[in-house]
Amino acid sequence: MDVWFFLIQLLNGVQYGLLLFLVASGLTLIFGIMGIINLAHGAFYMLGAYLAWWLAGLTGSLVAAVVLSLPLAALVGYVIEALLVRTLYKRDHLDQVLLTYGLILIFNEAQRILWGNDVHGIAMPTAVNWSVRLTETLSYPVYRVILSGICAALAVVMYVVIAKTRFGMWVRAGASNRDMVAALGINVKLLFGVVFAVGAALAGLAGAISTPISSVAPGMGDTVLILCFVVVVIGGVGSVKGAFLGAMLIGLADTFGKVFVPDFASFTVYGVMAAVLLWKPRGLFA
Amino acid sequence: MLHATALHTYYGASHVLHGIDFRVAKGETVALMGRNGMGKSTLLKSMLGIVAPRSGKVAILGRDVTGMETSAVIRQGIAYVPEGRGMFHNLTVREHLLMAARAGTDGRRDWTYERVLETFPRLAERLDNLGTHLSGGEQQMLSIGRALMTNPQLLILDEATEGLAPLIRRDIWHVIRAIKQTGIASIIVDKNVGVLLDLADRHVILVKGEVVYDGGPETLKSDSSILERHIGL
Ligand SMILES: Nc1ncnc2c1ncn2[C@@H]1O[C@H](COP(=O)(O)OP(=O)(O)OP(=O)(O)O)[C@@H](O)[C@H]1O
Ligand SMILES: [Mg+2]
Repeated sequence: MDVWFFLIQLLNGVQYGLLLFLVASGLTLIFGIMGIINLAHGAFYMLGAYLAWWLAGLTGSLVAAVVLSLPLAALVGYVIEALLVRTLYKRDHLDQVLLTYGLILIFNEAQRILWGNDVHGIAMPTAVNWSVRLTETLSYPVYRVILSGICAALAVVMYVVIAKTRFGMWVRAGASNRDMVAALGINVKLLFGVVFAVGAALAGLAGAISTPISSVAPGMGDTVLILCFVVVVIGGVGSVKGAFLGAMLIGLADTFGKVFVPDFASFTVYGVMAAVLLWKPRGLFA
Repeated sequence: MLHATALHTYYGASHVLHGIDFRVAKGETVALMGRNGMGKSTLLKSMLGIVAPRSGKVAILGRDVTGMETSAVIRQGIAYVPEGRGMFHNLTVREHLLMAARAGTDGRRDWTYERVLETFPRLAERLDNLGTHLSGGEQQMLSIGRALMTNPQLLILDEATEGLAPLIRRDIWHVIRAIKQTGIASIIVDKNVGVLLDLADRHVILVKGEVVYDGGPETLKSDSSILERHIGL
């Protein structure tokens, strides 16, 4: 086992973590600010992937497909919030779980009707279909570097928006005391709708940009959803910073687990979660 | 400025407001008085749509706002400083002020960040502290400062001096007087009857969700039995 191989796994882990962060950041915000447990969040990841695959077929361009799928996922998110999720804010978690689980079923059925149950894939665009050579035998695909770059850039944008802008202050204030935000004349309904739509768009984007490296298949949202809940719990509900660290931990644990302890691979992420929760029961940044 | 008619409010089965009429004229300072649990806070919340009254009407500057979202009612030119101060645990003092900033309904921005800090110099020393890390008095100043950042025409203060040390209390009253001088109307709920008699233009006393007195301070000062009976002084 040489250092290059280790480095490649490290890069893979970081890249997977960054991708998970795109999905988990929306999940944690929606949970932390609006108090909504959104089981359908993984469905937006799937939606993004299917939209990208479908649009890439129509337009012949992955970039166009990704760019187009982003507003579509946001729109679907906004409509779902306005029509359904909005009725859940004053209800308990069981009602939320029931409704958003129902949404998963609807999304899956819609996917089957619209696009069938076959497994699809997008060919890697030739412009990025090359690898950075590390040693005689090892190299790293440049698309993964680009993907990590997009995710990292979005993480920085998200940080700046949340930490520095008035919109970000409203979002944080909403997580702390939403009635007081409304009592200051800020339209909390619209604010929540926008946050939900942005969360959906980020999850959709994660699905869309991962199409060249992972297959577009039924049920793809479910795995991501479960991992993202692990990320949210580790990071502390509502904390974007926590989601970032949690996503890194889970991305690395999952990747290294599969490589070094393949027999226990499905256990490693939960092992990490258990360890973190024993140390900090409410998560890293709760 | 604000006109509520025949408000009836319930919490579940309990009938808390029994047909209240309440109004505030432009620039007027109204003291809302009454013992604990008589419905003062509930009246404020009913007018702002925080609690939905079962019947009755609320109008602001002639516009019917009954049943509107709280945020929409507030944007008609009202600022609300609630009981408990409504701090955000994850925002700094600076952020509390900046997030609320807004021009008034008439487009004026008399109250700027700088002016609020001049009014409350103690806040200027604590800009990077979290709201919940302030002392009670500072939190109250921040809550009022944040309300002023919205450039309101009507400021509603629910128990703004409750639980504060006498010196801080004096500072807060000083600022409330200064705000009154600028022509902003206000509704003040407070236990400190002496100050209210001196400060307010009109006094409304609630007993069990009904208005039992609505008038100027002169009658209350000359006939002390009213206050004795309804407030217990
Ligand atoms: N959320 C609530 N649910 C049920 N009952 C409530 C609620 N809030 C207030 N009440 C009841 O309604 C009545 C009026 O309460 P309210 O808070 O309006 O009184 P108040 O005049 O503001 O009193 P205080 O001086 O204690 O603030 C009280 O009997 C109180 O117990
Ligand atoms: Mg009260």
